[in-house]
Amino acid sequence: MDFFVGHFNYWVIITLMMTGLYVVISTGNLVKKLVGIGLFQTSVFQLYISLSKVRGAQPPILEKLPKYGSAEKTSQTVTELTATIPQVTALDPASVYDPLMGVVYSNPLPHVLILTAIVVGVATLAVGLALVVRIREAYGTIEEDAIDEAEYKIEVNAS
Amino acid sequence: MSFEMLLSNAAALVVVVPLLGGAIAMLLGSSRLAWSWSLICALVTFSLALVLLAGVLGGQNISYEMGAWVSPLGILFEIDALNVLLITLVSAMGLLALLYGLPTIDQEVDRHQHAMFFGTFLICVAGLIGVSITGDAFNVFVFLEVSSISTYVLVAMGSKQNRQALTASFNYLILGTIGATFFVIGVGLLYMATGTLNMADISRVLAETGSDRVVRAAFAFIVIGLGLKTAMFPLHTWLPNAYAFSPSMIGVFLASTATKVALYMLIRFLYSVFSAGQSFETAMFDYVLAPMAVTAMIVCSVQASFQSDVRRLLAYSSVAQIGYMLLGLSMGTVAGLAAALIHLFNHALMKGALFMAVGIAGLGLGVVRISEMRGLGKTMPLTAAGLSIAGLSLMGVPLTAGFISKYYLVIAALERGWWWAVVAIVVSSVLAIFYVGRMIEVMYLQEPPKTTDDAAVTVRSPILPLIALYVLVIANVWFFFDPSLPMGLANTAANELIGGGGS
Amino acid sequence: MEMSFPIDIFVIIDLILISMLLVVGIAIVRLNNLFVIVMLYGVYSLLAATWFVSLDAVDVAFTEAAVGAGISTVLMLGAMLLTSRESKPTTPIRRWTSLLIVLVTGIALIYATFDMPAFGDPNSPANSYVGLMYLKATITDISVPNVVTAILASYRGFDTFGEVVVVLTAGLGVMLILGIDSRRSRSGEVENKDAIAKEANTKNKPEKINALNHHIVLQVVAKMLIPIIILYALYVHFHGDYGPGGGFQAGVIFASAIILYSLIFGMDQTRRAIPPKLVQFGSALGVLIYGGTGIITILMGGKFLDYNMLDQNDTIHAQHMGILMIEVGVLVTVASVMLSIYYGFAGRYRQLKDQNW
Repeated sequence: MDFFVGHFNYWVIITLMMTGLYVVISTGNLVKKLVGIGLFQTSVFQLYISLSKVRGAQPPILEKLPKYGSAEKTSQTVTELTATIPQVTALDPASVYDPLMGVVYSNPLPHVLILTAIVVGVATLAVGLALVVRIREAYGTIEEDAIDEAEYKIEVNAS
Repeated sequence: MSFEMLLSNAAALVVVVPLLGGAIAMLLGSSRLAWSWSLICALVTFSLALVLLAGVLGGQNISYEMGAWVSPLGILFEIDALNVLLITLVSAMGLLALLYGLPTIDQEVDRHQHAMFFGTFLICVAGLIGVSITGDAFNVFVFLEVSSISTYVLVAMGSKQNRQALTASFNYLILGTIGATFFVIGVGLLYMATGTLNMADISRVLAETGSDRVVRAAFAFIVIGLGLKTAMFPLHTWLPNAYAFSPSMIGVFLASTATKVALYMLIRFLYSVFSAGQSFETAMFDYVLAPMAVTAMIVCSVQASFQSDVRRLLAYSSVAQIGYMLLGLSMGTVAGLAAALIHLFNHALMKGALFMAVGIAGLGLGVVRISEMRGLGKTMPLTAAGLSIAGLSLMGVPLTAGFISKYYLVIAALERGWWWAVVAIVVSSVLAIFYVGRMIEVMYLQEPPKTTDDAAVTVRSPILPLIALYVLVIANVWFFFDPSLPMGLANTAANELIGGGGS
Repeated sequence: MEMSFPIDIFVIIDLILISMLLVVGIAIVRLNNLFVIVMLYGVYSLLAATWFVSLDAVDVAFTEAAVGAGISTVLMLGAMLLTSRESKPTTPIRRWTSLLIVLVTGIALIYATFDMPAFGDPNSPANSYVGLMYLKATITDISVPNVVTAILASYRGFDTFGEVVVVLTAGLGVMLILGIDSRRSRSGEVENKDAIAKEANTKNKPEKINALNHHIVLQVVAKMLIPIIILYALYVHFHGDYGPGGGFQAGVIFASAIILYSLIFGMDQTRRAIPPKLVQFGSALGVLIYGGTGIITILMGGKFLDYNMLDQNDTIHAQHMGILMIEVGVLVTVASVMLSIYYGFAGRYRQLKDQNW
């Protein structure tokens, strides 16, 4: 049962992802295809974000930040940072010095990745829709089979 | 700015120069100005790539921390024997394609769009170099999309000539995006299993923890995602039309670089991230990748033989040739991988030259179909000669680079005991003789079409495209006599990846 | 459910959102009316954004709402108006092959879930390794409260540079494919006029988009709203260090203010206020600002985008400066590209109307 509760969200997200993928490959309508791509990608975003969630945590916006200038920096330079980071985090999780001061935050890294992915997604969409508009102007249709038919006719006439 | 500073930042600048150069190029009003500027940027990029090449040939791999953040916090660029040749290849092809492209673009794209066109082209070059150079799995996705989205746009620019460019671009967009999304799913699963995105770091963690179901699924998704971008056999349907209907300069550039970069990434993931020799990987090589590679080599060669459009013929042949490379890498041996890498390099040289020659013929005589190449040996002797030499290289005739890669591939297959692969290589080569031979026959043995003044006139070709073509044609011969550069790097890379240096 | 698992309000919210997402997703599969499909896509994005808030991803939620439910839906609507309103139903063969592919892919993923860490697990590799490092390192290295901004703009600043270039490429794409300047694209080719004219007669004709300049109330309200929207964009931009927001979201909001202006006062007036040339320049300028920041840090002796070089005595100040500079670059490019895309589609619209409808 615990397993079910802990993995239920993945199954739903996978179902959503596959719904999007199904729309892309099953439909012959170019606009609906792009909607499908959007669904597929948005669901992948959900996969990333749901793996970044930490139970009982709050958003990764630091609550207690030493006032600017008064911070006791553990590292002044990047080279020092190399030396301190593993000590603080990887090697000793229960380190004496906890810079987060006991507050639990969700994992920010997937958020950053998905911000990038969302932007890439809308860029693809814009180019795709621009192409659809031109295809419609050139062929008078945005259905794949009708376009194929038009090209086939030309091919037959040519040969 | 001191010269030394420039050199020590060459790894970053080789991506940044064409990116920023592209942003500037799009603003330059005049077509000639934008072209000259792009050419300068491409030249600088190529020089920077040579700096990196010299560094790696000098025996040291280069890594560059973006923003000076240590890995795995920051994004790391890593240059070694495996990717340095590819970086050089992409930048060189970018330069040659630009050199080649001016007269063809004048004909194929509206003049007021030239500045933006060249800007997009530079961004595409930068994207491909970015994919080749980065050591961060998610950064790969970002630059894969930089290159892909610019490619969709560039392919669509062929629509002034033929409206099919639009549908070709759209299909490419849909399949490319599905591929990219599969890749993102794979990277996400890897991140889920390892907690990191740096590829070397992922490989380190995987070596410690071993693989579980998540890693295996990640493997499958990354292979399919990159397979779509590589045009791996059943996933290649986007490629022929995209190459055939794009502006000819773009066809030249894509045919020689785009799929190669995706293939490189596949090698990087298969051999470096997922350490080779894991049982599921070997099974995948033997039962999925190798059979598909062989099928591609034969089926797509047959398809190429039936094409009447020259560029579609070359595009189908490309899918078959990608089969050769996949066959080499699926052997899982040092010799096989090295052969795949050498063929990757050589195939870029021959296909670049072939697409250029066909483009020049198209410029001079409006050639689209093979039948229209009648008598090209008389009307455009230089172009026809270049096309023939590159064609011979594609067949794998001795005295051309194509022979070298096929030779090593056969040796590697015999060493692995894959006699059926040898048979497939021979069959596919015979088919290549058929479809290349058909072009040569039409060019030299048939009379040119009668012109109005009743004499076969020699058509003058513009000089810049010819120069670009002959650089590649000479390279095709050169790398038969002195294949030490690609071979040395390929062997070093294969040894690093397989001989224990990988993990 | 078992008693050991605490059922708090968030679980219930999550369940409701998830089931709504499923319903919307399946509805999109079944429907053929493109208008409904596009609107449902907007709903789907908005639901996803809501779920992201519940999953602590506030920045992502903000962007998904602005981009997925906002820009994407508007773009799809625009493209739909320019093309067609119905999609043909799928043939059975295609339906079954698609279903097969999807099932195989889905099963591969389901198979993977059996080794996945449980939802919310703080000790999963993803949540305990690099992700946690960023949280801790941000305090000492960069000292901004919003860790997402710190990673986005500094640690993984090069990713974001690539992202801005992707946005520029999309802008270039739309400008090249559709044309940005209607005077130019109007002379351009409409390849198949007959077909369009024929279909236009049989389908419902879209309403004419006129400037709404006879609506005095709208004009006055818009004139009051637009400065506020721009002010809000600036707030979102500069507050990105402290809370959700940043250059990208601000750019989208900024562009939407201009689009509102254009809807009320007409395209011609908008083009006069912000000429296409300027938009084109802005798209490139943002990338140049971003990349230029990197070049400056190289010139100052560091690596690309090594902000610490900007002020070597006080690296935290230097980081803040660097983040500010690149965020301006993001804002400029995103706002300009969103406008250029809008110009591209809106310009097409009038062109079609004049010649074919």
